[in-house]
Amino acid sequence: MTKKWATVVVAGALALAGCSSDLPDDTATAGGSPSSDANKSKFFDQAEYDRQLAFRGATPQGPDGKPWEQMLEPEMVDTAKFAKPGGKYTLCFSNAAVNNPWRQVGFKTMQQEVKQHPEITTFTVLDAEAKDDKQISDIQSLSGKNCSAIIISPNTTATLTPAVEQACQTGVPVIVFDRGVNTSCPVTFIHPIGGFAFGADGAEFLKEKVKPGGKVLALRILPGVDVLEQRWAAANEIFGGSELKVVGVEFTDGDAAKTKSIVADYIQREGRIDGVWMDAGATAVAAAEAFQDAGVDVPAIVGEDQQDFLRLWVDEGLTAVAPTYPTYQWRTPIIAALKILKGEQVPKEWVLPQPRITGDNVKDYVKQDMPPLHYAMCGCEGMPGYPGPWR
Amino acid sequence: MSILRENTVPVEQKAMGPVVRRRLTPTVIVYLALVALLVVGSVLVGLRGEVLLDQGGILNILTRATALGLVAIGQTMVILTGSLDLSVAYLVGLTSLIAAETMAGRDGMLVPGVLLALAVAAGVGLVNGLVITVLKANAFIATLGVALILRGYLEDNYTGPAGDVPRGFQHLGYDRIGPIPVAALLMLAAAALAWWYLSRTRPGYHMYAVGGDIEVARLSGVPTRRVIVTAHVLCSLAAGLTGIYLASRLGSGAPYVGTDAGYDLESIAAVVLGGTLLAGGRGGVVGTIGGVLILATLDTIFDDLEVDPFFKDVVRGVVLVTAVALYARRMIASRGRGRLA
Amino acid sequence: MTWRPRLAEGTAPVLVVLFVLLLGLAIAGPAYAEPSGYLALLKRAAPLMILAIGQYFVIVSGGFDLSVGALVTAGVVIAARLINGSESATARVILLVLGFGLLVGLVNGLVTTKLLVPSFIVTLGMLLVLDGAIFLWTGGAPRGALSAGFRMFGRGAVEVPVLGEVPWSVLILLAILVAAALFMRGGTGRALVAVGDNEAAVRLSGGQVDRLRLLAFVLSGLLAAVAAILLGGFAGVSAQVGDGLEFRAITAVVLGGVLLGGGRGSVVAAAAGALSLESLFTLLNLLGVSGALESAVQGVIIIAAVAYASLGSGVRQRLRWWPKQRSSAAPAQPASS
Repeated sequence: MTKKWATVVVAGALALAGCSSDLPDDTATAGGSPSSDANKSKFFDQAEYDRQLAFRGATPQGPDGKPWEQMLEPEMVDTAKFAKPGGKYTLCFSNAAVNNPWRQVGFKTMQQEVKQHPEITTFTVLDAEAKDDKQISDIQSLSGKNCSAIIISPNTTATLTPAVEQACQTGVPVIVFDRGVNTSCPVTFIHPIGGFAFGADGAEFLKEKVKPGGKVLALRILPGVDVLEQRWAAANEIFGGSELKVVGVEFTDGDAAKTKSIVADYIQREGRIDGVWMDAGATAVAAAEAFQDAGVDVPAIVGEDQQDFLRLWVDEGLTAVAPTYPTYQWRTPIIAALKILKGEQVPKEWVLPQPRITGDNVKDYVKQDMPPLHYAMCGCEGMPGYPGPWR
Repeated sequence: MSILRENTVPVEQKAMGPVVRRRLTPTVIVYLALVALLVVGSVLVGLRGEVLLDQGGILNILTRATALGLVAIGQTMVILTGSLDLSVAYLVGLTSLIAAETMAGRDGMLVPGVLLALAVAAGVGLVNGLVITVLKANAFIATLGVALILRGYLEDNYTGPAGDVPRGFQHLGYDRIGPIPVAALLMLAAAALAWWYLSRTRPGYHMYAVGGDIEVARLSGVPTRRVIVTAHVLCSLAAGLTGIYLASRLGSGAPYVGTDAGYDLESIAAVVLGGTLLAGGRGGVVGTIGGVLILATLDTIFDDLEVDPFFKDVVRGVVLVTAVALYARRMIASRGRGRLA
Repeated sequence: MTWRPRLAEGTAPVLVVLFVLLLGLAIAGPAYAEPSGYLALLKRAAPLMILAIGQYFVIVSGGFDLSVGALVTAGVVIAARLINGSESATARVILLVLGFGLLVGLVNGLVTTKLLVPSFIVTLGMLLVLDGAIFLWTGGAPRGALSAGFRMFGRGAVEVPVLGEVPWSVLILLAILVAAALFMRGGTGRALVAVGDNEAAVRLSGGQVDRLRLLAFVLSGLLAAVAAILLGGFAGVSAQVGDGLEFRAITAVVLGGVLLGGGRGSVVAAAAGALSLESLFTLLNLLGVSGALESAVQGVIIIAAVAYASLGSGVRQRLRWWPKQRSSAAPAQPASS
């Protein structure tokens, strides 16, 4: 109690001394979603899991063939108060990082999307280099610039919430995409269906293709990233209700050599592995090669939409599936920003379709002339200038 | 004690006037460079029609300097004694979690949260110091080992941000007086305290003595072990403060907030950029703060100019090596004068 | 100096550790009951062992090389972009990657010796520059693809009489190890250790201290490029291939009983340290120890190894009948106050 008073006194004294705080008002969180206590609980959330799995079968609204403009079960909000007719927009973007091929492909796609709209005169980007603290400063300094709209791709969920709230209070429309934040203050939050659906896509495939009692190895990149934790939580749920035997859950750090070693060890230890589940496909090729080098057939495997994996899949005739976390979602924030600035309605939560690549359609996604780490689901093939910037 | 044994043999002295030499200590060079950087940066940013040192710019530079500055103050002490600490990055994450989890959103637990975080930090520092002095492990390996142990603990127990700091505590991370964040003032206060300790107290002199020549220090009656352990405890406390500050800024604890920012190598870079000799015995906190400000200013300028983040790394690397090469030249030129210069 | 005392000086403990770990592997994993299992282990450990050999040259002469991890990544990324899947470019690019490693080592060495910047800082700067420059060049993510010919060295095997199928990487490793051991027994090798032990003495006796140090960095850079070729071959293109390898290589060297600060330890022990580290990871994996605890175990082991070496060295030094010279100005080991 005394501490509370002390805070009040200190705060009051500082206020008198002409001090100001960038801490957003408490009211902003009132409507906010779960407090950070929720992070301590397990990552599995039955309601959200059911919702995401249902989304997979839902028909999206929006133009055909342009999944980045489509939306699932949108609940539209009015944006008239942000309308700023006349063009000459300055879009500002606080990016978490460009430290992996997924973000690289996405960011290039976003830059090209900006080029398609002459009404955007400036596109200011601050890169947080995967540092939470830097991204907080970045968002603060964007709030001080004359941005027409602020787009944020948060580095982590819980820790960036205060900074996003602060940006919202400047009155500039805020758009969040990819990872979310624990506040409802952004005008729209754009994301594909989500981690549960991604994890379930792979796990259901293995449940179908691997015989009962078969041994499944689960490979994860690293713990603690909510998107990745959700993927595993969903897979774990499905494996739990199946007759598959999960013989190991290992972290690979996204390192191909480590992945290959781990898989080789498991082949030795278990005699055989009947299925490989991965929470991200970056090292799927290394995992498959471990089987090839051990002189055994590559079992049913879950990858992602990177070209190297898709090529291996087609060349070797693998039994595989590639759930995707589509990079075309990087186009949507720009489209959403322009809609908002024109006063058009946008969904409060803009859920994008999240397709998966199967044996039936994999050939459509193989692009021989693209780099091995290019993501097929970039939605960029029709953009002017393709394939230059992505190559 | 020193981890570095290269270049211990002086090359022939450079001819240079004693007056010029006295003025241009590394600390002076650092601040001259900082001013030059601010001028050049202002011009470059000005060419784009923007202002570098407006309220937002100053706020930006100082905010960026706060966390790294705190870690670097502690790192300065261990480096001065000829040691170094590679465990600070994980410790920052750990203490942010301890503080946030202890507080758990309750105002009443604010003080216990801070104290517990500092106590754990001091404990880790003590372990670092004892492994180095009693088990006689090289500082590089000892603190790398402790870092790996902390990492294992974090990976085993946390899956992401945890804990919740009370709102009142977030004022520490967000309040400012004009363009100056309160936390930056606290960081500067910590630097002043460290400066006073290093240059005005006996234990502070001892740190320079141990870093300069541990054998001579021992022979002249300096309790070398105690000095090294003290330096490590203080360094870890500084890392603990950083963790607490970041918890207030992030609103919760985050296991990898320190490693994502690379505070281990970055703080060492800031310290040597500030003119402290990596082998120990020379330098000080004032220069370190200058080094931290240079790094923070570079970052801000690059952001204003929208420089490719990969290019930033290249510049940081070149600046670091160039600066230290420059100090090395000056050191040779002024060798033979007092080591406490 | 003959072979025996050198083996006694720090090589024996790591060989014991290695033997115990290999025994553990044989018990824990049925695959290690036959030679092929160990060949697979050697193949996997080869890049780290080669890096450790390179790091050994630098450490024993009194320095650090923190740039090797970034250099490995750079090597793989450069190779992938330049080869771009074309088989005919392979030989040329391999030479180029080796040359690049050599060049980086040369720059590290020159800045350290001529500009008198501590190697820790030089190689830290080089780490930053390489990390930034390589991805600046490729636009953030690796481009292109490695050819089958390039990957053969890290992935393929060759038929050797008597032994059967032996991975290329194991053969390359053995060749490098033998060459390194011979080099260290020669005059230049001994002079390198002497530089780390007592630089002033070498300088006074007319030794080319700077040239020896430069050589150490060049060898480290060159071997890092070799490791890059093997790692790229083993696992393909990746932007993270070299992450953390510098610390792992230094850990391996220290585990081998080589004194940080230089002047002591054998190159075979350093390589054995790397093999022990890799065996340890494999054993932990086979025993099903969680990945999270792996780093904690590694931390405890390296502290224990160094503490053992330092505390043990005091005892050994007292038993030695010839006095060891040390420059008082720069004590190489932690004070024994």
